[in-house]
Amino acid sequence: MADAALPAPIPRPKGLVWLLAISAFLVFSTWGASLAPWAFEMPRAWQVPFAETLSRFVKWLLNDASFGLFTFAELTRFIAAILDAPYRLVLAFLSSGSPEAGLPPMSWIGVTGLAAIAGHRAGGAPLALLIAVCFGFIAVFGRWESAMVTLASIVIAVPIGIAGGLAIGILAHRSRFIARAIIPVLDLMQTVPVFAYLVPILILFGFGPVAAIVATLIYAMPPMIRVTMLALSRVPAEIVDLGRMVGCSEPQMTWRVMVPAAKDALMLGANQVIMLSLNMVIIASMIGAGGLGFDVLSALRRLDFGAGLEAGLCIVALAIALDRLSQAFAGLKVNPATGGTWLSRHPHLFAGLCLLTLTYLAGLVWPWVETFPVAWEYTTGDFWSRVMREINVTYFDALEAIKTTLLLNLMIPVKRFLIDLPWLGVAALLAFAGLQLSGPRLALLTGSLTVLIALTGLWEQAMTTVYLCGVSVMFAMLIGVPIGIAAAERNWLWVGTRTVIDTLQTLPSFVYLMPAVMLFRVGDFTAMLAVVAYSVVPAIRYTVLGLRGVDSGLVEAGRAMGCTEGQILRRIKLKLALPEIMLGLNQTIMFALSMLVITALVGTRDLGQEVYIALTKANAGAGLVSGLCVAFIAIIADRLIQASAARMRAGLGLADGGRHES
Amino acid sequence: MASEPGRAPRLICRNVWKLFGPRAKTWLSTNGPSPSDDAISASGLVGAVRGIDLEVREGEIFVIMGLSGSGKSTLVRCLSRLIEPTGGEILYEGRDLLAMSEAEMMRIRRHKMGMVFQHFALLPHMSVLENVAFPLEVQGAGRSERETRARKVIALVGLEGREEAYPRELSGGQQQRVGIARSLAADPELWFLDEPFSALDPLIRREMQDEFLRLQRMLSKTIVFITHDFDEAIRLADRIAIMKDGKLEQVGTPEEIVITPSTPYVTEFTRAVPRAKVVRLGSVMVPADQPAPERCLPATATVAEAAPVFLDGVDRIGVTDKDGLTVGQIHRSAVIDLVLGGWKDG
Ligand SMILES: Nc1ncnc2c1ncn2[C@@H]1O[C@H](COP(=O)(O)OP(=O)(O)OP(=O)(O)O)[C@@H](O)[C@H]1O
Ligand SMILES: [Mg+2]
Repeated sequence: MADAALPAPIPRPKGLVWLLAISAFLVFSTWGASLAPWAFEMPRAWQVPFAETLSRFVKWLLNDASFGLFTFAELTRFIAAILDAPYRLVLAFLSSGSPEAGLPPMSWIGVTGLAAIAGHRAGGAPLALLIAVCFGFIAVFGRWESAMVTLASIVIAVPIGIAGGLAIGILAHRSRFIARAIIPVLDLMQTVPVFAYLVPILILFGFGPVAAIVATLIYAMPPMIRVTMLALSRVPAEIVDLGRMVGCSEPQMTWRVMVPAAKDALMLGANQVIMLSLNMVIIASMIGAGGLGFDVLSALRRLDFGAGLEAGLCIVALAIALDRLSQAFAGLKVNPATGGTWLSRHPHLFAGLCLLTLTYLAGLVWPWVETFPVAWEYTTGDFWSRVMREINVTYFDALEAIKTTLLLNLMIPVKRFLIDLPWLGVAALLAFAGLQLSGPRLALLTGSLTVLIALTGLWEQAMTTVYLCGVSVMFAMLIGVPIGIAAAERNWLWVGTRTVIDTLQTLPSFVYLMPAVMLFRVGDFTAMLAVVAYSVVPAIRYTVLGLRGVDSGLVEAGRAMGCTEGQILRRIKLKLALPEIMLGLNQTIMFALSMLVITALVGTRDLGQEVYIALTKANAGAGLVSGLCVAFIAIIADRLIQASAARMRAGLGLADGGRHES
Repeated sequence: MASEPGRAPRLICRNVWKLFGPRAKTWLSTNGPSPSDDAISASGLVGAVRGIDLEVREGEIFVIMGLSGSGKSTLVRCLSRLIEPTGGEILYEGRDLLAMSEAEMMRIRRHKMGMVFQHFALLPHMSVLENVAFPLEVQGAGRSERETRARKVIALVGLEGREEAYPRELSGGQQQRVGIARSLAADPELWFLDEPFSALDPLIRREMQDEFLRLQRMLSKTIVFITHDFDEAIRLADRIAIMKDGKLEQVGTPEEIVITPSTPYVTEFTRAVPRAKVVRLGSVMVPADQPAPERCLPATATVAEAAPVFLDGVDRIGVTDKDGLTVGQIHRSAVIDLVLGGWKDG
């Protein structure tokens, strides 16, 4: 690598122009209020009643919309019926039994055993043991009933999510027209906070498990669609040529060549659907999913930390079991057994059937086989409550001091500053940034989305969201990037860190809220803590990825020139990893925004609160509009950061999206 | 010489063009039929294949040789219409492939064409047996029928016993044997190989070349073989077409190309090739003297193959045609000249 040149300096966007623009912005923000008060507060007459219009639209959909042959209401009822029947069936197996037929549900031993047998099939004895422990954990903490209700809706939502995502992804891969139509929809679906579409779903499908399944599908399907499109487009061109060369018809091409060749990536997508469905468990319980999510939510409302934590951990246990199981099945290289009897070819199936029959019969004799006895249950709720009380008593002053200091010196000033900014100035500045970083198209996008937010009349709430998100992201980056730098250099530390952050990511976001509430009660500070805890993960992950991806030839060249390790880190590694770290920043913002909406439960005054209020009032229009405002903020941040990362990458001479060009 | 005049052309290209870029077809029809290089680059299109005329004859190994980016893959994909050529005609069995419907084309690909890929293109989820049987499965053949046939071709390429293995468990050379077996499964008449050995180690590559020649002696397919390796071309080809920037520089037997390169570009390639390995006895023999030489070799043998015979102290050897009749002779001194590289034209 003789010509492994050191990175060229990043071409900074002309510094002077930026300086001028920002000064003009600040001058206008400080002294412009008297000149043009309308630029600071959107006059009522200019505000557009988006919310009312949307509410009326949803009402129209529900009452009058018709497709000729059938009405919209009939369509939703049809969908509901399709989802409801299999759900009832699975629920009967797992939880409710069939009173008409006089059959009990599957026993807890039966379900645990079946899952363990599946684990044994896919990953051998260790996986079987892990799964048994996870299910045992749920039983011991007395959450079996709830967990089975949750499992039933997962069992329905996941296959539909995978199959639907796969089907739509295949269509989009085949037709460029569909792809073009679908990508913006996906963008929006992944940035609008879930709460926002809970309201219309609630109105269209009514309170209950079916509405919850629909919401879960809307939340969990988009990544599967994206993964499918990506995976299919990455199938090597030679394999596609092969398929055409042997004369495959279109279905043969899809099902015999493309999908199997893309299997590994598709399996990752399927795993994502499972994890996202579990992420939705708590939120879905707000519109009637019941189960573990409902347990967490009601514990949170009672401020019963111990119960909430236990139910939350049971969701995690379920998530771990399903995650490892699906990953093991994905990695399974099937070498179909041939020869022998049916029994020797399908030992696991046989064992499962035996187990079901035996536990059913045994359950008739011994009731503890059928339902987990209450006497065996165990709870740590009291313990946690005591710990919390203890901490609050002992460290009250210290905690209070931290909170007040940060609030007074950082958070409140930032909030004031942001809220007082003129919407017109912010729109102009963001448009300017878009122009500088990319071009007129981005400028138009960022500028007009900002104006749209202002037109809804939710400017102050939006700026509160920006402030909470901004402060949280700053802390997340301040914590995450140094950890990432440390972990990137030392393998053992990275292995440990990765285990921790992987586990953190399986925790439902609500769980982060609990300790924060316990220690600091409700308010912005609490919300910020929860958001930081939730969004620090991508900050760490992307920093490590970026640093580890730096071309080792360049590092060696630096070492050969006599750079110290510190110089190598600062001058070479961090510089080259910067685009990747920017993407980490981007992800951190996205995580923070999605968590912020949830923190509405602890009494923030931002857009999330608006969405939450709309949800409790079942006001579809208001919910959608506030949700869209959050999505707009996310889109603006995302596009600006992507554009500046692309510029940096170009400046560093790195190929688009890849770090390893020769 | 290898290409006897009796062999009939099977696949004929007439003025085939492939231009990459937006609206290439319209552009070619208004600026065609043969636009100049300047016109193409001015239009912003990429001329990957430019006005190719060639004939591939029945049962011959036709090698297309060219450096990376010269348009070889594009050309061979045009021949099977994996990419749609922008202009020209490709005649097979007297019909223009480019005028055929997608359904007809599918039928021809299924039954008449086989293709081997540079990176093997094996389906990772299928065993060797299933991979090889895949073309037959696509055609709807029954399980036992296609497996019998697949086992036969697997044996042909020397992979017996590995039928149940998966591609990931095989070495590169073995994987390409699977690729070759698969391309032969449907017993095609036209056999396309796009740099089949380029991804293999030199030693394995040589072994596979021998294997390929052995197969061709048994099967007599009509072959289009792509390579960027001139030595490989010389070893395998009945005829070679040399491509540069999407155009043909020269088409001819290895001997013709080495002895009379028609452009400076071709001369560059031939410089390092030992003449003795290419020149056949038939082209350097002189009329036989009496008495007839004791030792004889066929006219198709190369001079390099004849050289060891002279080590026994023989002064001249006879040259026979394919019926074994002596048609000429060659002297020790002529052979020494050639082996030492001192070949002078005429
Ligand atoms: N889809 C495409 N779009 C635009 N240009 C293309 C496309 N495919 C190939 N080309 C261009 O056509 C030219 C010929 O490419 P081709 O792949 O046929 O070369 P090749 O001789 O097979 O090279 P190699 O030995 O590297 O395989 C190259 O300049 C390439 O950049
Ligand atoms: Mg090629």
